[in-house]
Amino acid sequence: MTDKAIVCKDLCKQFGDFTAVNRISFDVNKGEIYGFLGANGAGKTTAMRMLCGLSYPTSGEATVAGYNVYRQQEAIKRNIGYMSQKFSLYENLTVRENIRFYGGVYGLSDSQLKEKGVELIERLGLGKEMNKLVGELPLGWKQKLAFSVAIIHQPTIVFLDEPTGGVDPVTRRQFWDLIYHAADQGITIFVTTHYMDEAEYCHRLSIMVDGRIDALDTPAELKRKYSARTMDEVFYALARGAKRSAD
Amino acid sequence: MPDAVTLEGITKTYDKGKVVAVKDVSFTVKQGELFGLIGPDGAGKSTLFRILTTLLLPDAGVATVAGLDTTRDFRKIRACVGYMPGRFSLYQDLSVAENLNFFATLFDTTVEANYALIRDIYEQIKPFSTRRAGKLSGGMKQKLALCCALVHKPDVLFLDEPTTGVDAVSRKEFWDMLKRLKEQGISILVSTPYMDEANLCERIALIQNGKILSIDTPQQIIRDYPGKLYAVRSGSMHKLLADTRSFPGTASSYAFGQYLHLAFTPGREGSAANLEKYLGERGHSGIEIEEITASVEDRFIQLMGNDR
Repeated sequence: MTDKAIVCKDLCKQFGDFTAVNRISFDVNKGEIYGFLGANGAGKTTAMRMLCGLSYPTSGEATVAGYNVYRQQEAIKRNIGYMSQKFSLYENLTVRENIRFYGGVYGLSDSQLKEKGVELIERLGLGKEMNKLVGELPLGWKQKLAFSVAIIHQPTIVFLDEPTGGVDPVTRRQFWDLIYHAADQGITIFVTTHYMDEAEYCHRLSIMVDGRIDALDTPAELKRKYSARTMDEVFYALARGAKRSAD
Repeated sequence: MPDAVTLEGITKTYDKGKVVAVKDVSFTVKQGELFGLIGPDGAGKSTLFRILTTLLLPDAGVATVAGLDTTRDFRKIRACVGYMPGRFSLYQDLSVAENLNFFATLFDTTVEANYALIRDIYEQIKPFSTRRAGKLSGGMKQKLALCCALVHKPDVLFLDEPTTGVDAVSRKEFWDMLKRLKEQGISILVSTPYMDEANLCERIALIQNGKILSIDTPQQIIRDYPGKLYAVRSGSMHKLLADTRSFPGTASSYAFGQYLHLAFTPGREGSAANLEKYLGERGHSGIEIEEITASVEDRFIQLMGNDR
């Protein structure tokens, strides 16, 4: 076993004559909180789809949780978690049913499901809401539940695509408490966000511009390199030069 | 000139009164003002927009736009406001130019008549004027939607979360565009979940769970933060969060980028010196504690606490 959750070398994705992802290379360590930043249209979603085993690269190499992105897509899907602002839970199932459903999809046994379910509900303080439809929960709770469900099978790595968009400031911070807790348990976190203060919470991060990774380091080192006081300034310095503004 | 927007005791419920979307909301947007409605998803921002643009009737209260009553004079209001809803709502299978012409015609005018107003924005998407709106990138869709909302030279412009999901650079550009529109005399009501954008408005209303928490200039909202606020950091930020919260004198401690923002409980042993000693005993190194000015987000969090 290696100590890397993701190893990615010269990964490319071409759509016709458009290079969406242009030879990106980076590693993510196990247990690390890795921020994957970039302007709209920089290629983040395309890169993430390849890493999640949802699309084949045009060229380059990558392994996720030790599995090859060309040949072992199904093994990747079993060993990762995924959550985004748009895709999370089934609104017309209850909290209990969603947990059962996702646990089942990820292959948990009934006894595991029961144990995990109780633990998860307790940590989130959702005891009274067990039989409520998820659609009736406030957005902040939905997002916290979605995250907990995405890691119910103890994946090696979880991909979070703008998990805190539109969430109130207190819930946003509680969400990061959950992220830290998961990282402490050894789950690797791969996260995108448009909130630059959240970039500071990552151990390391990369910034994509026009399909390339133009910077990769710790927040402190990036700020030093770009003589910036905040990550906002670093992002602005890099992304200002972008040619693409696609989505 | 009347105020651009007034709301007086506006309440709206859904699902036969079971869901309260907004409760007793009152505020005024002055003529020529850039006014921000700041709050998370589900706070009731879009409901207010739909009432003001005459798409919903309130359960109670009175609202006016450009001096016209939203219930009685809805036809007149529709002719003199521009509205950019949260979800992209142009015709996906019409081209950029066709969409713009369509909206101009709908308002009984032409693109040429008010071109001066949209020139700066439209020039940026003009190279794609024959492309279908559905095939545009996110940033370009946003610019086209703004042009379509402006093409009839509205008195009041309503922008519901125009920058949600947009990256930090494009957000800055969008706010620059709003500033230029304001200089041309258009009153603007804009909503956003990004607290850092509050500082770009002349006045703001903080809204949460359908209720207004505070209305004022961003500067005054910050000045109203009660007591002192400190930025704290150490070598181990995650542990620092737990340790500052267990310190007996702490009233609140939240992560804020590379620092924690911390307030002490008045009258307890809370002080920077005591905290530093407490953290030192728990093995923290590189401790920094510095008094700072609150941000709008700090004030929002503090007001949310009162509301509970």
